[in-house]
Parts: sequence; structure tokens; C-alpha cells
Amino acid sequence: MKLTKILMAVFLSSSILFFSCKPKDANIQANVEAKLKSMPGISVSVADGVVTLTGECANDAAKDEATAAAKDVKGVKSVVNNCTVTPPPPPPPAPVTISPDNALMQGVADATKDFPDVKAAVNDGVVTLTGSIKRADLKTLMMSLNTLKPKKIDNKLTIK
Amino acid sequence: MSLQDKYKQLIDAANAGGVSNLQVREQDNVLYIDGDAPDGAAKDKLWDIYNQIDPDYRAGDLVMNVNVAASAGTKAKVTTDSTNLNIRKGPGTDQPIVGKAAHNEIVTLQSKTNDQWWLIKTDAGEEGYAFAQYLTPQ
Repeated sequence: MKLTKILMAVFLSSSILFFSCKPKDANIQANVEAKLKSMPGISVSVADGVVTLTGECANDAAKDEATAAAKDVKGVKSVVNNCTVTPPPPPPPAPVTISPDNALMQGVADATKDFPDVKAAVNDGVVTLTGSIKRADLKTLMMSLNTLKPKKIDNKLTIK
Repeated sequence: MSLQDKYKQLIDAANAGGVSNLQVREQDNVLYIDGDAPDGAAKDKLWDIYNQIDPDYRAGDLVMNVNVAASAGTKAKVTTDSTNLNIRKGPGTDQPIVGKAAHNEIVTLQSKTNDQWWLIKTDAGEEGYAFAQYLTPQ
């Protein structure tokens, strides 16, 4: 009888100790959520002390920070961080560089030198071609003019 | 129809043809395609497609600055119609002629001043600027 009482006492005290050392999953979840308040994109779930984080993190550093913060909470055995990191949007493309007119004029003069029937004018980056050219030479001329970084090429040439 | 749609076949061909540093930008109703072609044949092919989409390059809505990537030391062939290629003291047709490279001669690229003028050296040791349009990297 006395032994049973002792055993009961031991069992009760140990079970109290046991439960006090192991916060319930719901408590852990509340504590982790409180810690991650500053990261609104993350959802927390807990099963047997294992914390699983899902949602979106701003970057890898934020993801690591969330893992560390969750690990810090009492009763957490381990943390599975399934958050996705959203890649930053690509920077907008640089604006197209247009050559200044004086550089364009020099380049156009060089490019049209071998085609005496071609006349070219440059105005505000726009190269306007008049006169005539053989069809076989057109591609060569256009290739050359396109390297000069003009704003556009207005081809009014008569093709012979 | 946007310009990128109009020239989609060309942009696709540039991607498929190994054009590096490819940039496709639209600004003030003109499409700008820039990049480095792996060789002269790839560049030619793009220009043929361009001509198919816009016969005789009349529309004035595309500037295609795709050139053959060539670094110093690259050999280039003189691809004039039949004549010699002038080698000049500076980058410009107003510069004095300091030498000539024969049609089909192989020269060595020293540096690129721009996409129009390259500093070259012939096997005979003549060095100067030549018009890039008539040089095809090998």
C-alpha cells in the first residue's frame, strides 16, 4: 500500500515535470508567430515540436533569420524552413544610346563613301537616305549604318 | 502589333543563333537589337531575316547593331568586292592612307576602335585602321 502511494507520487510529480518541460505545439506556434511578427509572409505550423515555416521570404538572409528565430523558441526540436525566396525583379534595361549628330555624320560619310549615288542627311539622330543604290549593295550599306547607333534610319533610296 | 511581335522571328533567330549579350529594347517606336554574333554567317542570316520581314529595310523601325565578336589577335579576311582595302592612319575616310590589304588577304585584328573602324596589322607589318565592313573575322 505504502509502495503504491510512493509510486503514485513519483508518477504524478514526474508527469508534472514532464509536461512542464514540453510546451504544447499550440504554445510553440504562438511563440514562433510572435517572434516572426516582422515577417508577415510566413506561416507557422508545429507538430511534435517540429516547426515548419511556409510562405515567402524577401531574401535568403530573411529566410535564415526566420529559421534562427524559430529555433530560439522554447520547446522547438527542429525547424523545417520551406519558405520560397522571391528573386528580385530584373533591373529595367538601360536606355538606348544614340550617337550625337557630329559622330553620326562622320560615320555616315565613311559608310556611304563607296556608294556615290547615295545621299545621306543626319538630323537629331535620324539618318535619311536618298538617291539610289544597287540592291546587292543595300545590305552592306545598311549593316554599316546600323553599327553607328543612330536613332533610326529612314531609307528612301531608289533601288536599281 | 508591337515591334517585338513584328520582328519576333528575328529575335528568336538571334537567340537560337548564339548571339551573346543580346539586348532587345523598344524606344520611341523604334526597336533596337544589340548583341555579339558568333560569326559572320550568323550575322548575315539575321540580316536576311530582317530583309524578309521588312523588304529593303524601308520601315525605319529597327536598328540592328549585331556584330561579330572579335578580340585582339583574331584573324580577319579582307572581304571587299574585288578591290584592295585601304589601311588608314586614323579611324575615318578623311585620314591618310598608310597601306593596303589585298582582297581575300588575312590580317590580324589589333583592337576595335568602334564597330566601324578596326585597327589591323597585315602579315607584311603594315598597321592602321580599316573599315570593319570589309573585314570578316575567321
